[in-house]
Formats: sequence, structure tokens, C-alpha cells
Amino acid sequence: MDEFATATAAVSAALAAGARYADARVMYRRTEAMDARNGEIESLAQTEDAGVGVRALVGSSWGFFAVADLTDAAARTAGETAASIAAASATVAGPAVDLVPTLAATASWASVAEVDPLAVPLSEKGDLLVAVTATMRDAGADQGEAMYRIWDTRKWFVSSEGHRIDQHIRECGAGINALVIGDGETQRRSYPSFRGQYGTRGWELVRDLDLAGHAQQVTDEAKALLTAPPCPAGTTTVILGSEQMALQIHESVGHAIELDRILGWEAAFAGTSWLDLAQLGSLRYGSELMNITIDPTVPGSLGSFGYDDEGTPAQARDAVRDGIWVGVLAGRDSAAMAGLDYGGSVRADGWARLPMVRMTNVGLLPGAHSLDEMIAATDDGILMDLNRSWSIDDRRLNFQFGCEIGWEIRNGRLGRMLRNPTYTGIGPRFWRSMDMVGDTAVPWGTPNCGKGQPGQTGHTGHPAPAARFTNVRVGVTG
Amino acid sequence: MTVDLDLASRVLDLVRAASPGAQAEVTVDRTEQALTRFAKSFIHQNMTDAGIGVRLRLHDGGRTASGTTTTADADGLRALVDRTLAAARLCPPDPQWPGLTPPTAVRAAAAMDEDTAQATPAARAERVRAFVDGAGGLETAGYCGTTLSQVTFANSAGHTAQAQAAEAAMSCIARCPDEDRAPADGVARLVTRRLADLDGGVLGVRAATKARAAVRPVELPPGRYEVVLEPAAVNDLLANLAMYGFNAKAVAERQSFVELDRVQFDPAVTLVDDPLDGGLPFDVEGTPRDRLTLVDAGVTTAVAHDRRTAAAAGTTSTGHAVPGAGAFGALLCDLRLVPDSSRPRVSGEADGPAADADVAELVSQVGRGLLVSDLWYTRVLDPRSLVMTGLTRNGVWLIEDGQITGPVQNLRFTQSYPDALAPGAVLGVGTHAIALPADWGTRTYFAPPLRLASWNCTGNASG
Repeated sequence: MDEFATATAAVSAALAAGARYADARVMYRRTEAMDARNGEIESLAQTEDAGVGVRALVGSSWGFFAVADLTDAAARTAGETAASIAAASATVAGPAVDLVPTLAATASWASVAEVDPLAVPLSEKGDLLVAVTATMRDAGADQGEAMYRIWDTRKWFVSSEGHRIDQHIRECGAGINALVIGDGETQRRSYPSFRGQYGTRGWELVRDLDLAGHAQQVTDEAKALLTAPPCPAGTTTVILGSEQMALQIHESVGHAIELDRILGWEAAFAGTSWLDLAQLGSLRYGSELMNITIDPTVPGSLGSFGYDDEGTPAQARDAVRDGIWVGVLAGRDSAAMAGLDYGGSVRADGWARLPMVRMTNVGLLPGAHSLDEMIAATDDGILMDLNRSWSIDDRRLNFQFGCEIGWEIRNGRLGRMLRNPTYTGIGPRFWRSMDMVGDTAVPWGTPNCGKGQPGQTGHTGHPAPAARFTNVRVGVTG
Repeated sequence: MTVDLDLASRVLDLVRAASPGAQAEVTVDRTEQALTRFAKSFIHQNMTDAGIGVRLRLHDGGRTASGTTTTADADGLRALVDRTLAAARLCPPDPQWPGLTPPTAVRAAAAMDEDTAQATPAARAERVRAFVDGAGGLETAGYCGTTLSQVTFANSAGHTAQAQAAEAAMSCIARCPDEDRAPADGVARLVTRRLADLDGGVLGVRAATKARAAVRPVELPPGRYEVVLEPAAVNDLLANLAMYGFNAKAVAERQSFVELDRVQFDPAVTLVDDPLDGGLPFDVEGTPRDRLTLVDAGVTTAVAHDRRTAAAAGTTSTGHAVPGAGAFGALLCDLRLVPDSSRPRVSGEADGPAADADVAELVSQVGRGLLVSDLWYTRVLDPRSLVMTGLTRNGVWLIEDGQITGPVQNLRFTQSYPDALAPGAVLGVGTHAIALPADWGTRTYFAPPLRLASWNCTGNASG
């Protein structure tokens, strides 16, 4: 099978059917997912899927058709159908669509995997999860859970402009959770985070996590949380650990700077953004310590690639510099609509989904202070870490986030453990209160970013250090 | 669909040839999903995907594994079988394996509407056009979608089942400019088994009416409010009750609030799951599905089981197995909050922002409270108590002395859903349930409006 030929056939057919631009993605994806609980494997699922998705631009209207058939005939029909769907779109036509230029590259790219995760014996993987969940169970967890996920994606991209790009991206990750059940509530501690840690790396990522080495600790902390005092309600200084900062960035910055949201293209479902394009380059998003980058070139981070799904090469850029909003996540058509000259942030969740603006690696640049220094500099506050719940409004302004664990800070020292720590705020007000930033950024991977209709699951990366915020409302409960 | 039965049989034959003693079940899922999506009042995304998924789960030598493929040719099916058998042999023993569904009669699915199954991009675009026109000049966004599902099941115990279903849905907003604030949004949603029943124009008028009535909202302080939840908001309660509450695995693991045979809800609450309205009549294990009463006049009577959780509980599967159920558990698919049948059915449009006359009637009974159109970004704070946090969306209004007196800015809430429906907490249930599309997945819920005594609003737009 010549995947480029299949994609080319689809594009050619779309052009012949009236498209002025067309692109096609052939993708093969293999996944593997294992879950274990209390010393037993609960499920093992391996999937393989393959197909071609074709986009056609007829006039200024888009159409997309995808089919799980990689024969030449099916690809040609897919191209023709995409063009006919685009023609139907013209029934309710919009403004003229342009695409910002991008070099029509012929290229090949692959993520680096020292150990192919799909080649690791299932017995080794199963033994790992069984052992670590048994440890948590034996240590007193009501539910000791562990999981890993693997994605192996090969894609071939062809456009009517001459792109011819193949990529091989391997991603994997794992994590453990200890759940204890008390009187009317549950407490959970996870490592390295609730859904685990993920990257565009091989199984060496999972080995480096040392899940077994953390099983006892997470269980002990979960049990301790059941009897810990609740997070008090009030307004105080909050230090967020690195993993919670990744969530904070994802929800209150990453989504807000998606250009399709800013333009109103996601208004009916995912929502819009409080950002106004007229203020790009001048709006104060946060304190001067806030430097956010969009960088799909970070080696091994979950949002990394060689080329996005429109063939734009990966390139780092600033989103927020010294607290000022300066950049967005964009695609070729949204960028043109907004008068910008760059795309590069478009991906599709598989061959059957049309590509759309997604976060890549959106991260906070590290600052000058260690976590110990931030604690020592805090007279009265709370340290919170590891996300447990998250909720934010449709404009990405009003948020309420909960963490698994908190600690009082008194006179520069950690004090009592606190259970059910939550905090709430308004995005820019919160970011403007950031007065200390940690000196070590961890490239957290989020494998479950939902967007689009039909729904798509995106893989995003968020390099994040710990950080301190002042005058934060905490302890909101039901 | 004979083709798919042959395909499933071929997979079983391959399994039998490779491992004669293996127990195997095959699901062939052929789906054509089309979505015509619009924003800023023009169609900006318009997609169709036609896919086939072949899922194999087998139990071989006391060990279990599953696999799927979209490559349904001979090589693809053989690779699926080989891979899954190899995986099973490397898995630990599975002493809890519940066995396969034996040959069992499956009731016929509701007749499928062919026009819906064969819906064209032009037909969807027409409805988008109608919605945009119905909104009378307001900016609009949303989608019109149609889905055709054809599912075939076969297992090595000799059980087979086939069904097909089609549905059409619209979920759309109209946006009214509001001075220097963000636009005020009004929502209209419906899912139906017949495309012909989707009237984009009616939905557009309704959404625009809500949007125009939502401008210049005032801010209310946090606190507990009596509320009328429109069906779109009640939809979220049903979705989370299904996922976290009536899931037998969660109950067994003590992560659910559910306790069988206890009065846990207001007597006005009866919850049933019934595929009769066009859902598939069997699950991914081939278990026939039938009407299941989860809550009967406030008493919790059942939970959703698959074969594994049922065997562990000493009962029978309710037919709610989903792929990956080993880790997650069973999931209700056609959950309905039964409307109030003690009053005559109230139907038709309403003046003002209430979604329809049924909602308006509940509003008329409120001394002081809120009318809530929709809930957004709801997340679990604790699965055992099902305390949820989230926000209102698409319109909130203050009700005083039975009248809607003005729009309110969105509020954040932190509320236990079971507590909101607890004995004494439900003051009124609407007289008919609206079928609403799920944001994710293929579940459909049927929700009437609800009047609840207390809803805990813990934040407002100011924070």
C-alpha cells in the first residue's frame, strides 16, 4: 500500500470535483490500554484503525469526508464526497476563506522512542500494574488502581499545494491512584497525577516514573487525608504545585488563546474566549512573571510533532510575554481571518475527524525560586497539588479547581495536611496576582483534552513550574 | 446487514480454528455520522465519516483480552484474531469471567426512519438555514447532525443479534449583542428519530427569544435558590447520575451514593432506562435490553449491570455493558426522568425566555427563584456524594411571584445532585420529557423540566 498515493488520489478527486484547495490524511493508529485494580488486571484493550480523511475547500466553504477504506477507489470517492459536502456548506455561506501560506514541504518526522512501547512484553506491563496495585491494596487502599496507555500513530499528509509529509508519533504514559473510602466521602492520591504522565516518548517514560516506588506513599497520604482537617474557607496566598499549574495553564490560558474560540467558531459548545483580538499585543494577561510559550518542538512532550495536520512545521512562539498577551494558537484559515501570518496548531484526533485548532505544548517559563524558597517566603498560605476537579466557564474566565491534597503554610513552614482543597478565581485577575514562579518546569502531558463536535480528544503538553498567587479565594464546598 | 453477520462469523471461525476452546464475542459496528456545524451564522465545518469497527473479546485458557480494528478485510480480521489471542495468553488468569450470553431472544428495535438514515448534506444545511432565519438577524451557532448505526453481534455460544437506528439532532444557540458585555446566548436543542421532526425555524425562534431576554443581566449574590431547571439542565443531572450513581461497579466499590431499596429521592422522581424509543435493543455483550426502573417514586430499585458485575452481585445483566466495561462498569444509555402524569400534558411554545409552556407552568409556581436554561462544565468533586461543581449557561432569569422579572449573570454552583433530588426537594416535574443529544458518545437522555427547592450557588461572575 502506498499511503501517499491514496492521499493523493483523494486530493486529486476533490480538485476535480470543484475544490480550489484540498488535503488528505491517511492514518494508521494502534493503541493499547491496560487497567489494573487491587492486584488484578481489569481490562486489556488493543485497537487498530486506519482510514483517510479529506478536506475540500469549494469557494469559501469547507467539506470533510472520512472513510475506513484505503483503496484507491474509496479515496477518490472520499475526495468527491468532501467536495460535494463543501458545496452544501455554501447554502449558508460565510466570508471569504483564505489560508496563510506555508511551505509545501516534502518531509518525514518521527518522535524518539528509546523503547518501543508496543514491543514491551504484555507480561512485563501486566506484572508492573498488578504488583503496584497489590502494594496499594496491602497498604490499606480500598481501591488501588493503575493504568497505562500507548498510542502509535503513522500519518501521511498530502495537500493540493504540494505537501507530502509522513510522521510517526509514539506516545505513552502511566499512573497510579490510591482511593480510600471514608464516612460519606472518598479521598484519592495519585502519582504522578490522576490520569498519569504522558509524552511523545517510548516505554522509558514509564520506567522512569518508578510507579512501584510511590505506591506506599500515595496510599499513606490518601489514608491521612480522610482525617485531615478540611481546607478552610477564606482568601489567602496559594502555592500551586507543578502538576496543578499544568491544569491551570491548560484551562485558563491554553483554551483562551485558541483562535477559533476567539473568532467565535466554537461558541455553541466549547465556548468562546474573553480575549479580544483588538487587544493582542497590549492586554495585560498576568503579572510580569507570566511568560507562556506555544512550543511543539519540546522533545518528548505530549504536544510535540514535526508538522501540524495542515503541514505547517512545528515552531515555538510566545503567547504571553512579561504578562502581555502576544500570541494565539491558530490554523491557516483562522489566522487569515484574524489578519495573522501564522498557523501551526491544527491537529485531528484520527483520520475520521476534521482537523481543528488544538493546544500543542503551552507552558509557563520557569522563574527564579525553588519550591522551598516560595514556601519559606510565605507567612500564611496553602500549598495545593495534584488536580482532582476542574470547572471553568464558557469564556475561560470564572474557574473553580480542586486538588487532591493541601498543606497549611505558617511562617514559612509547611504545617497540617488539608483535605479537599479548592480555589476559585477569575483568570486574568488570578494571573496578575502571581508573584513567584518556580525554577523547574515539568513537561506534563494531558491526554484527555475534549473539543469539537463530533467530539475529539486531544493530547496536549504543559511545561509548568510551581507558582505562588496572592488573595485567592479557597475552600469552596457544596 | 447480512454482510456484517458473515463478517462476525468469519471472525469467530478464525478464533475457533486458532483456539478451539476459546469463548469469543464479536461486535461489528457500522456507523455513518454527519454533522453540519455552523458559527457566526455560516456553515464553517461540515463533515461525514463512514466507519466500521470490528471488536473482538475472547476468553482463552482462563484469560481475557479484547481488540478492535477498522480493517475488515481478510488480513485485517486475521491480524485482529492473532493479536487478541496473543494478548489473552499473556494476561493473568481471569477467574471472574462471567461467560458469554447464551442464545436469547432480542426484541426488535423500533423501526428506523429511512429519510433520516439517508439524510444528505443538503437536508442538514436546509435546517441550519431555517435556524439562522428563525433567529431573526441574531448571530447563530450550533449543528444539525444525523447518525446511522448498524450493529451486529455474534458469539461462540451461538447467540446473534442485529439492529439499526438512525437519529437526527440539532443543538444551537442564538447570540444577542449586549452593549460592552459578551453576547447573551439562548439555546435550543432536540434529538429525534425522524429528521422531518426537526424544525430549524422553530428552534431558531426559541433560541433568539431566550437570547433577547438575556441582555443586561444583573449579578446576584451566592446562596441557595429555588430553581426551575429546563430540560437541557436536567440532562446534566441524568448524565452524571448514570455515570457515577447507577453504575453497579461503582456501587460495589462503594464509590456511589446508591443504596438499593432505600428512599433516596423525592417521591416525584422515577427514573427508567428504556431503549424502546429507538435505542439499540442489546448491548456489546449481546444481552437484550429492556425497560429498567432505577428509581420508582423515590425508591432506588436497580442499577446498571453488565455480565461481570451481575455475576459478582448474584444477579443478571441489565444489558448496559459498554466497551472497556472491565475498568469502568455498565452505563445507562436511554435514561428518562418520568414526567408528571398526574396533570394534563402542557405543550407548546411560551412567551418569554421559558423554553416552552411546560417550563412556564413550573415558573408560575415559584415565589422567588431562578430559571436555569443549561449547565456547563460540570465536574465531580466527590463521586460518593456526587457533589458537582459547574456553571449555568445560555440564560438564567430571576423569578418573583411566578413571573420572570429579569436576566441574571451566570452563577457557579456546588451541589450534590442526589441531595437536589432528595425527599422533599422536588417541588415539581414537567409533564413531558424532551429527548436531548449527549455532548459525547451515543447516549440519549429524556428530561422534563424540574422545580427544585434548593440549588447551591457558590459564586458569580465576579468570582
